[in-house]
Amino acid sequence: MSDDKGWPLYEVFIRSKQGLAHQHAGSLHAADDKMALENARDVYTRRGEGLSIWVVPSNAITASSPLDKDMLFDPADDKVYRHPTFYDVPDGVETL
Amino acid sequence: MSHSENELAELGAAFDANVAQEKKIEPKDWMPEAYRKTLVRQISQHAHSEIIGMQPEGNWISRAPTLRRKVGLLAKVQDEAGHGLYLYSAAETLGTSRDQMDADLLSGKAKYSSIFNYPTPTWADIGAIGWLIDGAAITNQIPICRCSYGPYARAMIRICKEESFHQRQGFEMMNTLCRGTAEQKRMAQDALNRWWWPSVMMFGPPDGASQHSDQNMAWRIKRFSNDELRQRYIDMTVRQADFLGLDIPDTDLKWNEESGHYDIGEIDWDEFWKVVKGDGPCNRQRLAHRTKAHDDGAWVREAAVAYSDKQRAKQRQHAA
Ligand SMILES: [Fe+2]
Ligand SMILES: [Fe+2]
Repeated sequence: MSDDKGWPLYEVFIRSKQGLAHQHAGSLHAADDKMALENARDVYTRRGEGLSIWVVPSNAITASSPLDKDMLFDPADDKVYRHPTFYDVPDGVETL
Repeated sequence: MSHSENELAELGAAFDANVAQEKKIEPKDWMPEAYRKTLVRQISQHAHSEIIGMQPEGNWISRAPTLRRKVGLLAKVQDEAGHGLYLYSAAETLGTSRDQMDADLLSGKAKYSSIFNYPTPTWADIGAIGWLIDGAAITNQIPICRCSYGPYARAMIRICKEESFHQRQGFEMMNTLCRGTAEQKRMAQDALNRWWWPSVMMFGPPDGASQHSDQNMAWRIKRFSNDELRQRYIDMTVRQADFLGLDIPDTDLKWNEESGHYDIGEIDWDEFWKVVKGDGPCNRQRLAHRTKAHDDGAWVREAAVAYSDKQRAKQRQHAA
C-alpha cells in the first residue's frame, strides 16, 4: 500500500441551477480529468445538486496568501466614494 | 515559514480573538500547531468511521427483504462512502495526505468509532443502526456544522443534510417490524437490546474523564460536552422507543421530574475501553476487510495511472 502512486487532487465546482455561477463544492482524487469528472458526479451530485461540473487540478490554482490580505485589500477600505451612499441626493429627487 | 517569538505571540493572539468572535479559520490561515493536529486527528478519525461504518450495513444489502429496502440501504451506504470522502478532503486541507491517512487506518494507528466493531447478525440490526447509530451521529454532528475550521464545518453541513434520511429509513424498518408478527417484534427488541448501550457510549467518556474537551471547546471545535450530547440523544430516543412499543434495556431508566430529563443506569465503561483498545467483537474483522479491499484494489489504481500516463503521452505526440 505504501508503494501506491497517489492520484492528483482536483477541486470541484458545481452549477446548481441555470443562472447561477459554479461554486466550490470540495475536492477529490482522480487519476485523470475524465475520472475526476465522473467521481465528482458520484461524490457531489447524488441528489440533483448539479447541472454542470468543473474540475480543476488543485495545483493549477494560484491563490493569494492570507498574510498579504492587508496589502491586497486595505486600499479599498477607505474609498467610500465608490459607494452610492457617499453622494448627496437632494430631497424630492426620486429613482436615483 | 518560521516566525520570531514575538510574531508567534501576535499570530496566536489574533487567532484566539478570531475564534472567540466566531470567525472561521480557513486552510491557509495561520493556526497553532496543536489546533492543526487535533483537527487532523478528529477529521480523519471521523472519515475512517464513515468508511468502516459501511461494513456492518453492507453485510445486508444483498439480503434486504424487499426492493424498497434494498435501494434505500444501498443509497445510505453509498452516502457513507461520500461522507468519508468529504471528510478526507477536509483533512487534506490541513496538510496531511490521503495515503498517510489510509496507512494510519490500516496499521491500526488511527482510530474510528467503536460502534462499528459490533456485529449485525439479523436484519433488525440494520433498522437499529439507522435509527440509533445515525440518530446518535446526527446529535453529535449538528453542532460541528458550526466548527471554527471552515472546511470541516462545510463538510458537516453537507453530511447532516444527508443523514436525516438515514435515520428515517432505520426508524421505518423498526416500525414495520414492531407492527408485524410477534417474532418480528422480538427481532426488533433484540436488536435494540444489542445496540442501546453501545449507542449511548458513542458520545465518548463521561465529562470528568474526557481528555481534550476544554481546549476543543475554547477552539470552537466542540460546542457541547459528551454528557450533554448523550442526554439529548437519550431523551429523544426513549420517546421514540415508547412509540415503537419497545423496552429500553435499562431497569434504572426513569424520568426525572426535577431535571426534565431521563436518568439512566450505570454505563459499562470497561466494555467501552475494551472495544476502543481493539478487543471488541469485530475489530479484527473490520480492519482485515478494509485491508483486503485496499490490496485487492491496488491493480485498479495502478491501471488507472498507467492509462492516464498513456493518454497524456498520446496527446503530446499529437501536439508535436
Ligand atoms: Fe455518515
Ligand atoms: Fe449515516
